[in-house]
Amino acid sequence: MTSTEPSPDFLPLDRAQALALLGGMIRVRRFEEKCQELYGAGKIRGFLHLYIGEEAIAAGVMPLLDGSDAVVSTYREHGHALLRGVPAGAIMAEMYGRATGCSRGRGGSMHLFDLPRRFYGGNAIVGGGLPLALGLALADLMQGRKRVTACFLGDGAVAEGVFHESMNLAALWKLPVLLLCENNQYAMGTALDRHQSQQNLALKAQSYKMEVERVDGMDVLAVQAAVRRAAEYVRAGGGPWFVELLTYRFRAHSAYDPELYRSKEEVARWKKRDPIALFESLATERGLLGPEDVAALERASDEEIASAISFAEESPLEPVEDLAKDVYAPGTP
Amino acid sequence: MTTYREAVRAALREALQKDERVFLMGEDVGRYGGSYACSLGLLQEFGPERVRDTPLSENAFVGIGIGAAMAGMRPVVEIMTVNFSLLALDQILNNAATLRHMSGGQVGVPLVIRMATGAGRQVAAQHSHSLENYYAHIPGLKVLAAATLEDARGMLWTALQDPDPVIIFEHATLYGVEGELAAGAGAVPIDRAAVRRAGKDVTLIAYGGTLGKALAAAGTLAERGVDAEVVDLRTLRPLDDATIVDSVRKTRRAIVVDEGWKTGSLAGEVCARIVEKAFYDLDAPIARVCSDEVPIPYPRHLEDAALPQPEKIVDAALAMVGSHG
Repeated sequence: MTSTEPSPDFLPLDRAQALALLGGMIRVRRFEEKCQELYGAGKIRGFLHLYIGEEAIAAGVMPLLDGSDAVVSTYREHGHALLRGVPAGAIMAEMYGRATGCSRGRGGSMHLFDLPRRFYGGNAIVGGGLPLALGLALADLMQGRKRVTACFLGDGAVAEGVFHESMNLAALWKLPVLLLCENNQYAMGTALDRHQSQQNLALKAQSYKMEVERVDGMDVLAVQAAVRRAAEYVRAGGGPWFVELLTYRFRAHSAYDPELYRSKEEVARWKKRDPIALFESLATERGLLGPEDVAALERASDEEIASAISFAEESPLEPVEDLAKDVYAPGTP
Repeated sequence: MTTYREAVRAALREALQKDERVFLMGEDVGRYGGSYACSLGLLQEFGPERVRDTPLSENAFVGIGIGAAMAGMRPVVEIMTVNFSLLALDQILNNAATLRHMSGGQVGVPLVIRMATGAGRQVAAQHSHSLENYYAHIPGLKVLAAATLEDARGMLWTALQDPDPVIIFEHATLYGVEGELAAGAGAVPIDRAAVRRAGKDVTLIAYGGTLGKALAAAGTLAERGVDAEVVDLRTLRPLDDATIVDSVRKTRRAIVVDEGWKTGSLAGEVCARIVEKAFYDLDAPIARVCSDEVPIPYPRHLEDAALPQPEKIVDAALAMVGSHG
């Protein structure tokens, strides 16, 4: 079940790949840091769940998906959306509640949708996206399309009944779904060992007779190696594959969380495995990147985010007269 | 003669024949033939890809239906009964009903969910709920109640043409009902109520399993010199206010017959609309004949006592006409 591939330290990597992977992680990190700042300034409201610490997963996974594949995500999905190609401006405008947002401002942080990119939303009911992903995959299966539906879920979802219903059906019907479990060690504030009798989540999925793998989610190369195998298998019609990605969120669960349930020491321990720092030093050691490359990536991200904020700030609100629009399809009662 | 069950089956068969995107999914819809035998023979005719037996996983298979609908299929999901639909309420409410609006109009869910509802077969509290009002409460859904053979035959196809999720309720006591169905019976409108019996003295408003009881009551009332009009709501969301109000304006009296519990009921919503739109046309306070506020019990005499019955409707109508004649 654990990888038999060579350690990621020995995986081949070229400069372009290194720039892309590091660039992806930095974009997400900077974007999220700015979101937190904007939340503090009252520009973003509601719930805000940051992906800081978990960037290696989105950065590793998204380049492996085709444009015609589908993505179903959770409420901690800014990074997924951004690296799937949803424009930063459309995401930021969504969080500002503006009409130019990727969900026309209707959904906010937890509900980013972009159908041209087959990004089927952040779902804010834990586990609620799983059946949707299975349905998208079933449609592909029935219509003979060789596409992958990538479904993100958290460790918290594994305790939901719908997880077990969905694992069973995915395996029973051999659905082309790539199940990406971001195990960040907490279901909101409840630690894994306080909410799971069996903390090896891949083992649970495996009991439904599907392929699984457990991988270090702080190591973007390890993520890529595992998810590449999984995606190829799913695309080839092998059925579902469950990847458990061991990770950690460095920030609070949401903007309202005082973090009473974990120690500063624990957070500090995980931060030593910061996915960006880890990969940066690996790429530097291999002579692929230098400090000037990192600085350039950071600068590019900052420019992209500044422009996204300007776009959001200048964007109009949806007119109140449109409140009831799209409860039903146009032209129906 | 045709049964209601056969009418449903003919509708399912037609949908599978005419649209290759249509598939059936649910518990025991395939090899068993449907727990109410509505899909008997369809697995043999259309194969296991399109007539899919599911595990007992209501939340997952309803959600799979939603996802498949999002990706261009036209799933017809059968939830065995409304009682079990509570296990899928999350997917129905949080996804099917919400996605189009929450995504800014991007995601459509052209899904049809069928389910049996109601009491009257001595199957006790957990299998006897009438929860149509739970679903009629939810914006984003369309909710239908097929009370006649024509509607059992014709609502499905129209629902499948709808770009939004539609729930069709079939009262469990109706499957064996026999009647004449025209040879050419097919699609029917799903956006309006129907006047099933014209009358001038009082309007009986019913749907699904209570339509037959209201019509029976109207027959008895005719013998007693009271000419009742019977309105079949058919579409529980959105309600067809115009048909309801037109009838009440004519008869100036209304009784709503609803197998749901009175508190928080669909009957209460219908009353409120009549009051909002036709208060000054009323000659008497509106009455409601609903189920008693108890879990529906097993023994026949208690179950009968708990449910709306023609006699209760007759009594309510006579009291209304007598005291406000």
